[in-house]
Amino acid sequence: ISSLAADTEQQAFENGTRDLVRYPQKRPLMLITTRPPHLETPFSVFDESILTPNDAFFVRYHLANMPMAIEPGSYRLNIAGKVKTPLSLSLAELKALAPAVDVVAVNQCSGNSRGYSEPRVFGAQLGNGSMGNAKWTGIPLKAVLEKAGILDGAKQVTFKGLDEPVLPTTPQFIKALDISHAMNGEPIIAWAMNGEDLPFLNGYPLKLIVPGYFGTYWVKHLSQIDVLDHVFDGFFMSTAYRLPDNPCECVAPGTAPAKTHPIGKLKIRSFITNLADKVQVTHGKPLKLQGIAFDGGAGIKTVELSLDHGKTWQSTTLAKDLGNYSFRQWTHTLVPKQKGELQILVRATSHAGETQPTEQSWNPGGYMRNVIESKTVIVA
Amino acid sequence: MKLRYLIPVACTMLVSGLTQSAPLEIQLPPETAQLKPSNHPGRVIASQKCAICHSVDYINLQPGTMSLKQWTAEVTKMQRAYGAPIDEAEIAQISAFLATTY
Ligand code: HEC
Repeated sequence: ISSLAADTEQQAFENGTRDLVRYPQKRPLMLITTRPPHLETPFSVFDESILTPNDAFFVRYHLANMPMAIEPGSYRLNIAGKVKTPLSLSLAELKALAPAVDVVAVNQCSGNSRGYSEPRVFGAQLGNGSMGNAKWTGIPLKAVLEKAGILDGAKQVTFKGLDEPVLPTTPQFIKALDISHAMNGEPIIAWAMNGEDLPFLNGYPLKLIVPGYFGTYWVKHLSQIDVLDHVFDGFFMSTAYRLPDNPCECVAPGTAPAKTHPIGKLKIRSFITNLADKVQVTHGKPLKLQGIAFDGGAGIKTVELSLDHGKTWQSTTLAKDLGNYSFRQWTHTLVPKQKGELQILVRATSHAGETQPTEQSWNPGGYMRNVIESKTVIVA
Repeated sequence: MKLRYLIPVACTMLVSGLTQSAPLEIQLPPETAQLKPSNHPGRVIASQKCAICHSVDYINLQPGTMSLKQWTAEVTKMQRAYGAPIDEAEIAQISAFLATTY
């Protein structure tokens, strides 16, 4: 995937030309929509560093009535519902509540790679750049919920940020986690990303981090937490962001599922990051390959390459381990032995034995793509 | 990390109630997306109704392969799920414009 001109980037699907536009605190990113802002990371960024730079991290809003200014001094995070003591915490109070923790975790849009869905589906037509890996600093959600005191019978916890619908007829963007998940110590309320304040468009000053789960749960400008004694039925849980309720979470292309459930954990994926498609490489000369892999939290066990369309696989070298929720970088050197087109397949396997399929299944939302990826080079 | 947030706490006590930190403000680039040109009467309605809640690049971005049936379902979703202020006749006009122009 190469640039057509200096200020556009071409995705490898129909109607895939994206303008590169500069937004506050961001380098030029691929414009998906202007209002509300939706920006995708150019894929070459994933070869730059294992942590995605803050100024290159993708941006995704749903509702256009969003804040344009946030005053940290008067910001409040409210916790209410089935709790003993409702709280209204300033940023300073929140930060003083428990020792700060760090987690390196991948935030990936549910619809990352939707543009490759076949047949195509409505939605943001994303390439592979609606993901990023960062070190998030905050305090465990659990610490805040314990401070408020969960009452008996609590079932779910909902999360809302400052962004609101334009018309009151549009549902608010509210997400929910089961109480057991909210209390398991993994989700954190973060104020820092890669050691700096969150960029405004990534949720300043607070963002919910749900390691291993799709980005839809990572609520930005987090301002309201409610503990419920029932399963939340708001639109963005009960209608949107749902997958077919069967083992493959898929249906025959173009058909509708009978039953659905909310999207959850990331599926395992891997990419080659240092090659543009169809670049020319030299016959007989070592070709260095580099890439990334990640999964929903079991951790990456192997990343393998195939040069014969998946008949045989050779393993690559895994780089430093930044934790099970992080991108894992891999490297490999191979020597192209035949002239012509060479397709290089990349496949990851997790410690839980999860691996990538050779064919992509289909679901109406175009969610959760994780088919084996490839790059083709021209050996000359 | 600790020092950075201890300082504002101390300030709050000194200036008692006055907010100590400057707001973070952003300005977004101008909205330039336009619906594709067409003489279809649905374009006029779409240009009035389909930019109320979001820029029309939501529309321009979609695949060029969508049928009238698919566009009708999409526009109907805007009304049913998101409360777009459009009636059945407008849904039909907008969908016909979108299916023929995109
Ligand atoms: C009352 C608000 C509202 C109006 C009016 C509205 N939309 Fe939307 N539209 C939305 C929301 C909310 C989304 C989803 C935003 C998101 O998830 O990013 C959306 C998303 C879309 C998408 C992206 C695909 C998808 O389904 O998420 C398309 C295409 C679209 N709208 C077309 C239209 C058209 C055509 C009209 C005019 C009939 C229209 N919209 C009017 C609220 C509205």
